[in-house]
This record gives sequence, C-alpha cells and structure tokens, in this order.
Amino acid sequence: MSIFKIDEELPAKTYIINRAKLVAYANASGDQNPIHQDEAFAKSVGLENVIAHGMYTMGLVGQYVGRMATSSAKVKEFSARFTKPVVVPADVDVELVVSAKVIELTDEIARLEITATCNQIKVLGMAKAVILL
Amino acid sequence: MLNPDLVGRTFEGATSTTITAEAIATFAQALGEPETELASPTFAITISLEQSQSLLENSGLDWSRVVHGDQRFLINKPLVAGVHVTCNSTIESARVVAGNEIVTVRSDLIENDEVAVSSWSTLVFRA
Repeated sequence: MSIFKIDEELPAKTYIINRAKLVAYANASGDQNPIHQDEAFAKSVGLENVIAHGMYTMGLVGQYVGRMATSSAKVKEFSARFTKPVVVPADVDVELVVSAKVIELTDEIARLEITATCNQIKVLGMAKAVILL
Repeated sequence: MLNPDLVGRTFEGATSTTITAEAIATFAQALGEPETELASPTFAITISLEQSQSLLENSGLDWSRVVHGDQRFLINKPLVAGVHVTCNSTIESARVVAGNEIVTVRSDLIENDEVAVSSWSTLVFRA
C-alpha cells in the first residue's frame, strides 16, 4: 500500500537560510558567484541585497522531497522555476517554508506539487517531483 | 549572442569525474542533510553547472550576467561515492527575449555508458 493518498497535503517543513549557509553552499557546490555572498557586489548589479543560490533553495526542497519519499534514492524527477529571489540580509535568518501536495498517484509513482515560500511569497514556480513507490 | 549553429550540438566531457564520499558529504552538510553515501537529489549540479559555464563562456557568453531560470533533474540511477562519471552537455535551445539571451543546456552524467542523471538548466544571460 502506498504511503501517500491522492490530494494529500504533506506536512510543511521550515528551513533556515542565512549568510553562513550560503558560504557553505558556495564551497560545497563550487558556485562562487559573489551575488550570493558579497552585499556590495550584489547591490552594484542592481539586486536588493545578497540573494541565495537558486540551487541552494532547490537543494533544500530536494532534501524535503527525499524525506517525504523516505529516501533520496526514490526521487526520480525534480524540477522548478526560479521565480523570485530569496533575499538574505546580513545577520538575518530567513525562513523557507516547504510543503507539497500529492497530485498523481499510481502503483509505481507519486507526483508532488511543491510550494516553497519566504515571507509568504512563493519563490519557486512549477515545482514538481516524481517519487518512486 | 550564441552562434545558432551550436544549438543541438553535444559537447562530450573530456575528463571523467570521480564522485567522492567527501564531496557528497560536504554537499549534504551544506543542505543540512544527515550524512549519507547517496548523493542528494540535486548533487549533479556540482558537475553539470561548471561544465555548462565553460562551454557557454567558450561560446562567447558572459557568465557574470547569468541568472538561473529553471532546473530539472531526471535521475535514472542515484549517484553514490566511488563512481566515475563523464558529463555530456547539449545546447538544446537558445533564444533572445527582450535583449536577454535564454539558453537551455541538457547535461547527461554518464556512468558505464549509461545515463545516470540528466539535468536541464535554463540560464538567462541578462542584457
């Protein structure tokens, strides 16, 4: 029997994003673009402040999907559009709230529609994942 | 602007990358995940994005103007420590919208002649 039900709303989880975490992600991923670390640089290219790597946000959501799937080994497909930047001011813990709904269920897979918000604003569009059952 | 002749072409990665336990653990820790031998669902980006960068920079695009538009992963076989992969990158599309150049690159991570992970990155080079 599936661990999911169709139309089920999966429990939300909150992830904290701050400057130190962006530095750690830059080092782990190799993406050292200064817009994710250097406030003066970010502002010089017209951004409001330092912004999180889109892939950091997506990585946290991937962690959520893996957890819902009981193992990241079961994550088959995962996609998202980066619609709004996650702005990360100095010395602030920004909360990313992730939740999902089961929109398709077969004997083999569950398809999730994912919502990721910061300050009630959706930061990802068309975020979906396919989990192997 | 990207040479339209490059669209549809596949650039085979010259060197193979060994996925280390350390790289998997460092990436997982950065995402606050418990340590695991299995790579995180988005781990492939650590290999594919660098290759896309060198490919597109060599094709004349300015990486300092890039914004990530969207991203998709298709995981046929989850990556684990110790495997060797090569990355083949295909420029699937390129178009200009309001002066911004929007390029989609598909990156196939090949392990033992099979595609372990495909990822699609849409990158927007701002005017």
